[in-house]
Amino acid sequence: MSEKIPVTVLTGYLGAGKTTLLNRILTEPHGKKFAVIVNEFGEIGIDNDLVVGADEEVFEMNNGCICCTVRGDLIRIIEGLMKRKGKFDAIIVETTGLADPAPVAQTFFVDEDVSSKARLDAVVTVVDARWLKEQLHDAPEAKNQIAFADVIIINKTDLVKPEELADVERQVRAINAYATIHKTVKSSVPLDAVLGKNAFDLDRILDIAPEFLEDVHVHHDTSVKSIALNIPGDIDPDKFMPWISEFTQKEGPNILRCKGILSFKNEPKRFVFQGVHMILDGDLQREWKPDEVRQSKMVFIGHKLDRSAIEKAVEACRA
Amino acid sequence: MNDASQSLTTRVEPLKAGAHVIHAGFLNDEPLLALADGRVLVGEQTLTPHGENAILVATSDPARLVTGGDDGKVFSITSSDTVDQLGDEKGRWIDAVALGPSRSVAWSTGKKVIARDGKGQTKEWTAPSTAQGLAFTPKGYRLGIAHYNGASFWFPNTEGKPEFREWKGSHLDITFSLDGRFVVTSMQENTLHGWRLADGKDMRMSGYPSKTRSLSWSHDGYWLATSGADAAVIWPFKDKDGPMGKAPRECGVRHAKVSSVSFHPRALVVAIGYEDGCILLCRLTDAAELLVRAAHKDDGKITSMAWDKTGARMIFGSENGSAGVLTLP
Repeated sequence: MSEKIPVTVLTGYLGAGKTTLLNRILTEPHGKKFAVIVNEFGEIGIDNDLVVGADEEVFEMNNGCICCTVRGDLIRIIEGLMKRKGKFDAIIVETTGLADPAPVAQTFFVDEDVSSKARLDAVVTVVDARWLKEQLHDAPEAKNQIAFADVIIINKTDLVKPEELADVERQVRAINAYATIHKTVKSSVPLDAVLGKNAFDLDRILDIAPEFLEDVHVHHDTSVKSIALNIPGDIDPDKFMPWISEFTQKEGPNILRCKGILSFKNEPKRFVFQGVHMILDGDLQREWKPDEVRQSKMVFIGHKLDRSAIEKAVEACRA
Repeated sequence: MNDASQSLTTRVEPLKAGAHVIHAGFLNDEPLLALADGRVLVGEQTLTPHGENAILVATSDPARLVTGGDDGKVFSITSSDTVDQLGDEKGRWIDAVALGPSRSVAWSTGKKVIARDGKGQTKEWTAPSTAQGLAFTPKGYRLGIAHYNGASFWFPNTEGKPEFREWKGSHLDITFSLDGRFVVTSMQENTLHGWRLADGKDMRMSGYPSKTRSLSWSHDGYWLATSGADAAVIWPFKDKDGPMGKAPRECGVRHAKVSSVSFHPRALVVAIGYEDGCILLCRLTDAAELLVRAAHKDDGKITSMAWDKTGARMIFGSENGSAGVLTLP
């Protein structure tokens, strides 16, 4: 089987600068060919050969999992695109400003035909520095978009004062602990900041600043937050696996995303997992390097998550 | 076909397709391939009705091929020099096409469903969500439409609202039994759903490890062969309750998923194409198997197979552009 096609999902609240970023990606001299999937009622003027209009049809999966939704149109479009191999190297999906990113992300976990041919490279969220505060207050979508992001672009930084920008960044961090943040004017970021991120390569969650781990729940009354855990030593998979599966089943509707790199006892390889709501996906990836400290790190992003309960439960899974 | 160790591999004549085979068939007895890169091969001829654009969906009967492209166009091809444009949906992808009685055709893009009768009159209906699959009833001018949370049954020539049968989930392909008593849809959730049309009684046909995207009725109409499992799963439809309470037959069990099925037009023999490019013929009565084509890693899955009218030849194509014609001894 050939390489899976990387898919970048571009989200962001209305007017944040998504289309500007998209056009920037498309017009840079990178020699890459993109297939772009945009909302058919969205903005026009996208400078690309292969643009497909999508109608953002969200389907519930009739599988007993209430929060398991997929984008039916995306499944169809990706299936159609894959019949024309060689026409493009990567796919970019632009969602509408009000879209919940969960169904888009879940499509890449749930649908076998999609996941066998394409992989979610990263969710990139563009944030309007000037209006974020209001949007977080008014729109749950804005929060979810930040929570889901692997990369966050705080845009229009020229329109706010430095202290306001610092505040915006703190708010973003409070929601999402692990995303890479870029601060831009006119969505001007280098291409490699948004493409080829490989969301499954979760190494950067190991880089979360320690002070942040303590900081998360202190300020800002946002209802979506990150809980990051760092457990030195090994985890017992026979305890952890049943717990995480039960936890995501029970708390699934509240968990927007979770990710982790685990050190299992007597396992030379790192166990890497990530999930969206109730859907979990994990496998053993590369081996721990000799000079690497064996430890387990994970991040849960969601609503109403009980930090101390999660800490206690994970602590109980230590080998 | 008595000896299970027999092989038909030497009786396969390869065809040069060179692109994902969307549909394989016979047009006026000539081998026919509709390819994702936009080409249509009819015997020795190459046609490009959609220009450089992709063919996304296609279907054929012995006298015509209908293609739908990512250019939003729908073409009918009745011979290598008779190509007619039936529709133009202004660049919107064509999601499904179907052939009906008396030269009627239907296609859909998003929620928009268009039925075109043999005289060229078109009627339009807007489905409640994207129309993912279309099929005409075997008799009469009536169209079944698979969509989210159920299927609708539409008489294009009457004003009334289409009849709606509800079943939660996303319905993909749709097919009617040859006697018109049953309708079956394949679903996103790796299952089939059916209704008895007379009273709307539900039928669940589950247990598939992946989606069923190929469905084929036996010539007598008593059996429905389906893809999606490690064998062709064949449901009995002879009795008045259809497959309810009965176990399906499994033919051609291998360590690879079935991607395409096609019943022989005269005998209870089903051609089974797999995701690894292998093709078997399997006789329903005693499960005897004949190898048509060995697995071939580079070929990807078999995407389409069809028999000619008499059942003397079978054409197939794969996602990586290999194709061929089997001629039975």
